[in-house]
Amino acid sequence: MARATTTRHRVVVTAAAWTVGFLLFFPILWTFLTSFKSEATAVQIPPAFLFFDWTWENYVEVNVRSDYFRFAMNSVVIAVGSVLLGLLIAIPAAWSMAFAPTKHTKDILMWMLSTKMLPPVGVLVPLYLLFRDWGLLDTRTGLVVVMMLINLPIIVWMLYTYFKEIPGEILEASRMDGATLGKEIVFVLAPMAAPGIASTLLLNVILAWNEAFWTLNLTAAKAAPLTAFIASYSSPEGLFWAKLSAASMMAIAPILVLGWFSQKQLVRGLTFGAVK
Amino acid sequence: MGSITLEKVAKKFGDVDVIHGVDLEVKEGEFVVFVGPSGCGKSTLLRLIAGLEDISGGTLRIDGKDATGLPPAKRGLAMVFQSYALYPHMSVYKNIAFPLKMAGMDKAAIDAKVRAAAKVLNLTDYLDRRPGQLSGGQRQRVAIGRAIVREPAAFLFDEPLSNLDAALRVNMRLEISELHNTLKTTMIYVTHDQVEAMTMADKIVVLSAGRIEQVGSPLELYNHPRNLFVAGFIGSPKMNLIEGPLAAAKDAKTIGVRPEHIHLSRTEGDWTGTVRVAEHLGSDTFLHVQVEGAGQITARAPGEFTVRHGDAVRLTPDPAHLYRFDADGNAIQ
Repeated sequence: MARATTTRHRVVVTAAAWTVGFLLFFPILWTFLTSFKSEATAVQIPPAFLFFDWTWENYVEVNVRSDYFRFAMNSVVIAVGSVLLGLLIAIPAAWSMAFAPTKHTKDILMWMLSTKMLPPVGVLVPLYLLFRDWGLLDTRTGLVVVMMLINLPIIVWMLYTYFKEIPGEILEASRMDGATLGKEIVFVLAPMAAPGIASTLLLNVILAWNEAFWTLNLTAAKAAPLTAFIASYSSPEGLFWAKLSAASMMAIAPILVLGWFSQKQLVRGLTFGAVK
Repeated sequence: MGSITLEKVAKKFGDVDVIHGVDLEVKEGEFVVFVGPSGCGKSTLLRLIAGLEDISGGTLRIDGKDATGLPPAKRGLAMVFQSYALYPHMSVYKNIAFPLKMAGMDKAAIDAKVRAAAKVLNLTDYLDRRPGQLSGGQRQRVAIGRAIVREPAAFLFDEPLSNLDAALRVNMRLEISELHNTLKTTMIYVTHDQVEAMTMADKIVVLSAGRIEQVGSPLELYNHPRNLFVAGFIGSPKMNLIEGPLAAAKDAKTIGVRPEHIHLSRTEGDWTGTVRVAEHLGSDTFLHVQVEGAGQITARAPGEFTVRHGDAVRLTPDPAHLYRFDADGNAIQ
């Protein structure tokens, strides 16, 4: 009997997991389907699910109308650049918090996280004015710096939790072996924390890739990433659902592929080092 | 190369004094063991010498030069940790080569030294393995290999054998002693195990609550403990410490007599007692005897000495090996 209960339990849990998974996946699936409909089919009620005339025309039109690769390049530079710059700053910061903590280390970590509680719109005007005065509006450099600052607290927090898992004695051994602080980080800490650093990189690239508030407000044409590319299809002249969907699919495709191939690392990243 | 001098070295963690102004001289080539109960500050003292903790007061000299504020990398000392602290992402070869790489040595010289060290430590067949694929004893050897390749001024050992099982521990103890005989480099070894201290040391430093209780050769400490703490700590089984009328009869607050310095007889002797437990080890028999006016006393008898629980025995302490201590716990000469 015990065995029967377990099987039933497993069936219920599996069904529940698939349901939740499907619900979470549905918006992407729907966007995918809509991107292959004509504008008329896209808004028809009741909506067509699978049986409609599949068409590539939205993709063709989106490509003709705007330069996808320029937006995509901007996204890559801003997302990857900001996270790499963030790692450069966060690795030493997390090192000192994990291996040379002081009385106030926990407070500093909390304070860093508290910056994420501030509504971004609250600092939009001052930041916009600074960008204007420094000539950073609509530049990749400016956005790399802003995105780095936005994600820095998360990068430091994630690295801190990974570094905490590394026994301090191993770093002490490297010091006894003649390693300077820089060499200790490059040759011992970084390779040991490589899985953690990789998942931090991945998760934050995704966060930076999809960030829309700052990228939309601080760019116009030259440095605009894919978020701006999508937004350009929702205009005062009306919503073009099918084209908007096609643009969205093209915008998320690279990150979707990246995420698919790095699922294992990502799960580690999302659990913040709780899984060994 | 390899003398270490401590002058009034002190360590505070916040407001807590952990090491109270320790003076110590470690001569070149000596094997010095820091021993004491857990929490006595022996590991902290070693870490102060290593540079892994900052010295709060006093001066540390290595080969006569002030090293108080030097970072660990600049002190020229090598350390073997209790947890081995090997680099898990590197092969055995790379682990041993790491200090040489940090010193900027060229590849051919590194290779020669690593292979020589591996040969001495029986690690030649394991050079390509990761530490995770080795047994405890092999990991310990890698940790020692990593320490010896760089030819340090001194080796620091922080309880290196406590993670090994009993049989392996005895083997490694001998190997470390042999290594010291071959290299003749200064070694400082921390342990809470007084047997390790007695068997390996040229000089033992007994520590308690952040202070040095006594410094001396193993036999000096065994034969002439300066106070009650050292008397009770050195020797196995422990020295019997007796207070009350039996001590007063010898003009002392406390008297001490080691189990091996008690003569046992069934018929005659100074003290009368009842056997509680007899532990037969083959070579020896240890008797735990309840003695009137003294409490439980441990005595060593020959292996064939057959007594049972409840038997009456008489004990006579050897007057030549009777220690007397005053009210402050100091030995009366």
